[in-house]
Amino acid sequence: MELLANLYIGLEVALTPINLLYCLGGVFVGTLVGVLPGLGPTATIAMLLPVTFGLPPVSALIMLAGIYYGAQYGGSTTAILINLPGESSSVVTAIDGYQMARQGRAGLALSTAALGSFFAGSVATVLLVLFAPPLAEVALKFGPSEYFSLMVLGLVASVILAHGSLLKAVAMIILGLLLGLVGTDVTSGVPRFSFDVPELADGINFVIVAMGMFGLGEIIRNLENEQVRDVFSKKITGLWPTLADLKQIVAPVLRGTVLGSALGILPGGGAMLASFAAYSLEKRVSRNSANFGKGAIEGVAAPESANNAGAQTSFIPMLTLGIPSNPVMALMIGAMIIQGIQPGPQVMTEQPVLFWGVIVSMWIGNFFLVVLNLPMIGLWVRMLTVPYHLLYPAILVFCAIGVFSLNNADFDVYLMALFGVLGYVFAKLDCEPAPLLLGFILGPMMEEYLRRAMVLSHGDPTIFVSRPISLTMLILAAIALAVVLLPMIRKTREEAFQED
Amino acid sequence: MSIIKSQKDFFAGLLFILFSIGFLWLAKDYNFGSARRMGPAFFPIVLASALLVIGVIIGIRGVAVTEEPPRGFTFKGLVLVIVGTLLFGVLVRHAGVVVATAVLVAVSAFASQHFKLMPTLVLAVGLAAFCAVVFVYLLGLPMPIRGPWLGG
Repeated sequence: MELLANLYIGLEVALTPINLLYCLGGVFVGTLVGVLPGLGPTATIAMLLPVTFGLPPVSALIMLAGIYYGAQYGGSTTAILINLPGESSSVVTAIDGYQMARQGRAGLALSTAALGSFFAGSVATVLLVLFAPPLAEVALKFGPSEYFSLMVLGLVASVILAHGSLLKAVAMIILGLLLGLVGTDVTSGVPRFSFDVPELADGINFVIVAMGMFGLGEIIRNLENEQVRDVFSKKITGLWPTLADLKQIVAPVLRGTVLGSALGILPGGGAMLASFAAYSLEKRVSRNSANFGKGAIEGVAAPESANNAGAQTSFIPMLTLGIPSNPVMALMIGAMIIQGIQPGPQVMTEQPVLFWGVIVSMWIGNFFLVVLNLPMIGLWVRMLTVPYHLLYPAILVFCAIGVFSLNNADFDVYLMALFGVLGYVFAKLDCEPAPLLLGFILGPMMEEYLRRAMVLSHGDPTIFVSRPISLTMLILAAIALAVVLLPMIRKTREEAFQED
Repeated sequence: MSIIKSQKDFFAGLLFILFSIGFLWLAKDYNFGSARRMGPAFFPIVLASALLVIGVIIGIRGVAVTEEPPRGFTFKGLVLVIVGTLLFGVLVRHAGVVVATAVLVAVSAFASQHFKLMPTLVLAVGLAAFCAVVFVYLLGLPMPIRGPWLGG
């Protein structure tokens, strides 16, 4: 069995003491990030990237992955205990989770979230093992035109799933693509948009963009209206669900897992969309839908399972196609490139140890998370009491040191400050930074594939519609765009994002 | 009633237009090439032109569609966070990581309405010590603990 052989390769890598340690470290930091409001997984991963440059690629990716799915867990703790989602995918968990906490059922809400996430994470990992190889096989047959169309589809999908105005999201993507082109043009060797600044000759490091827009920009935004948080300080009891509780959460967890896994695979999907969709689905199918918003356990079980499943399956397009489905995956791709690994379908065949090692580590990491979260909940609750006004200067210091240490250049720190201003201004104008980062990472790749496709076709642009796979993807992209533009669907989409 | 009905759309559109004009202007010096052999200017000019069109549409919506203006703009937060970060960049190499960290903490913490002197000082000193030990001693990042300005 090839599958078992692959799992064996993965286990061998993931179970080495050093990688176990990086996995544990990753999920620990991830949980911390998820728990502390005001510091998202994107900014944290960007902040910690320089630390991983010195590690072997497998260890680096294992740790970064751990931070991402760890943050999904941690986010639920904050959502339940202080009605403040630690990161965006926990927004809906806060609705019923906090009500449960106020009714004295905080322990049950926390354990439901943890157990649901563990189950969903395990299932999604199996899906990853099953679906990644055939997908990569298909992708290996892709030529430049297929790749270009796939990236168009990915970017369109990310626009649809962005909050707010579609046009602004498209504009942010294009701006990201343009900023990604800064630096020396690989084909002609001409320095582009670099203002004769030597630091810009190699292009802008994506860590600087991510940290500026997601780190600094977010901090400035949080300074607009600082609220004193009301931490749920009663002792948390009743951590273990009864048999009756378990019976009640089985179906929502299963539905959340299926929905989350499916949405995670979509380009542009990921944890956030999954949790929103699972919540609204559960509200529709549940027999006690009147209870939603008043502490329904299903309203915690379904979205928490879905966001974790989505977080895991969003690795599928990243690992097999080299296409990021969300900003975190964009950073992972950047991390791979820095480690000298060209992301794409060949990763699985050329780097089986890396590929299977990272996947198996997710299983182990999910187990760590249950252990870390339930017995140690007291520690995380205490973390919540760290006031934000003492937290954000520390975050700023870590961002500044991280960016400086990229190239040992003060210029990078100034550039990060510039992106911080941009990030804040764009946020005030309702322009989301996530599409910009996706475009930024994809810009150089898209240009490369476009050029190659046009060389192959002798300058005939019909190559994109004459090849079936490429055409299919462009049609899918067009359908996706048309669908959101329809007034009815647009309205539902607005409703879905209204909680934010 | 001002002619700008939605400040968010109007200024977002304006910003996108400025960016696109900037990219178009810079790209004019590069070789455009042909569809078959694209020059360095091809992709940027296509993208920037699209951005220009979208920016104009967003901007027009800003004078056509009424919407609430953005609320709670924090000029103080923006300036202090950015100035603190820039100061870090200036100081880290010349005065060392201890001073740079302490200055960044002090300047940025002042942006909070919960700012209190003592806790901020403790945080600044603590973080400076932490960064010197962890980043310079343990991780070996090439940053001076005490820079040349302080005789290091």
